[in-house]
Amino acid sequence: MRNKHEAVEKNVGLFFLFTVLAISIGGLVEITPLFFQKETTTPVDNLKPYTALQLEGRDIYIREGCSNCHSQMIRPFRAETERYGHYSVAGEHVWEHPFLWGSKRTGPDLARVGGRYSDDWHIAHLTDPRSVVPESNMPAYNWLNKNTLDGNVTAKKLETFNWLTRNRSHKDENGNAIPLYSQAEIDGAKDAVQGKTEMTALVAYLQSLGHALK
Amino acid sequence: MSSFWNIWIWVLTLGCLAGCFIILRYCLKNFAGVEEGESMGHSFDGIEELNNPLPKWWSNFFLATIIWALFYIAWFGLGAWTGISGWRSSNQGILNIAESKAKTAEYLAKDSGVLVQYDREIARANEKYGPIFDAYAARSIEDLATDAEALKVGQRLFIQNCAQCHGSDARGTTGFPNLADKDWLYGGTPEQIKETIMHGRQAVGMMAWEDALGGEQGVKDVAAYVISLSGRSVNADLAKAGKAKFGICAGCHGSDGQGSLALGLPMGAPNLSDNVWLYGGSKRAIEESIKYGRAGVMPPWSNILGEEKVHVISAYVYSLSQD
Repeated sequence: MRNKHEAVEKNVGLFFLFTVLAISIGGLVEITPLFFQKETTTPVDNLKPYTALQLEGRDIYIREGCSNCHSQMIRPFRAETERYGHYSVAGEHVWEHPFLWGSKRTGPDLARVGGRYSDDWHIAHLTDPRSVVPESNMPAYNWLNKNTLDGNVTAKKLETFNWLTRNRSHKDENGNAIPLYSQAEIDGAKDAVQGKTEMTALVAYLQSLGHALK
Repeated sequence: MSSFWNIWIWVLTLGCLAGCFIILRYCLKNFAGVEEGESMGHSFDGIEELNNPLPKWWSNFFLATIIWALFYIAWFGLGAWTGISGWRSSNQGILNIAESKAKTAEYLAKDSGVLVQYDREIARANEKYGPIFDAYAARSIEDLATDAEALKVGQRLFIQNCAQCHGSDARGTTGFPNLADKDWLYGGTPEQIKETIMHGRQAVGMMAWEDALGGEQGVKDVAAYVISLSGRSVNADLAKAGKAKFGICAGCHGSDGQGSLALGLPMGAPNLSDNVWLYGGSKRAIEESIKYGRAGVMPPWSNILGEEKVHVISAYVYSLSQD
């Protein structure tokens, strides 16, 4: 029998192809089916789309890199659920683009931070974390109090989310699929956020987290 | 899981394992037409390639991992099949808390044949800690406040959940009440403390008074009068002018500034005559409070912690002002 190894060993393209094939099998088995499972694509009962203000707050959360230090993924261990609440389930995140699960906890998990603290606390804490938690090593984000939103692209963001979630859309009271945001909400998006501070938006976003699983 | 994806997972996983096995067997054969250990007939920079077989330890180890994989799949399952153990980390398909609880109950009834790791962990913890909290729940808060062991538990829960606002010593900070000073906005009886933690408090809220008081001067007058209520020295003329305008404040704070609690109202309007200041007691801070208004919020904890834990925290908080 001929030495067929030689064909692979002396042909970089073929070797590359076989390598990609070998590596991709793990992903094809473990990731691809999740895109099509009922468990991972059905919103939990109480999931609500972000309001325009919360969505802007979410973008500030992304911009400031909050997810570098804060996860939004409560794992199913008692040590976590005692501290943070019920473990996260896929149905809470079906409209997240991109998801903000994070992978590192320098600070605590924020998946269910909504409603745990008052707005006043969030503002004090984001402006100067040490004023309420002396041992905190979180940076201060005081510029959020000064920057205001102009809302110029807020409507576009809402439209984009409608498009991104077109296959996992919202349901009306009769169970019919409807887009996440109605035309009226898109039209009113600019007015809903214009002139508000980034702090207001970020706090609105933080207070919205984790109420979907009831 | 639909049968398509189930088959997809089975075929790819088992196919991959079978492929690994076949390639391993294939690579162990000698195709070079050269005896083992002999030269392959070429050299680079004086280094000669010999026809050496794969090391035995390596190929046997590879084979062992393939066999291990089969046992692993049999135990933990593949695709829609949950395996011999029926193992699962958590109940991921749930759409609400009620469903989550129902699934946990189903597991605990032990008729589902599914072994949910998280539920098992919780069941074990409940077995251990449940009786402790049940015993605490059966005792009054006053009684618990004298139990050193219960107070330790309460303090742990307090530090975990309450210290972010009220501080690890429960002495609060600007805007977040001190819980150890016997000065209460919503009452310091055990029942009132528990009620506050369980259901939260939303101050009726002080509006911004500058316009109603006739501008900057009105704010200064009322601030001077409010400071004088605590017996501090102020400009008498300003205080007198402020007293005349204090009528609109009396609706919440009482005619003598004694606060809504003294009037028996759950409004959260502080006592202004005791020199305890939630938002700062300087002239400047008091003027700011009057000018822009204030509205404190205590979030409700019943859904997050549950009544049994709140009961123990209440005892801890109650104990702080009992000495």
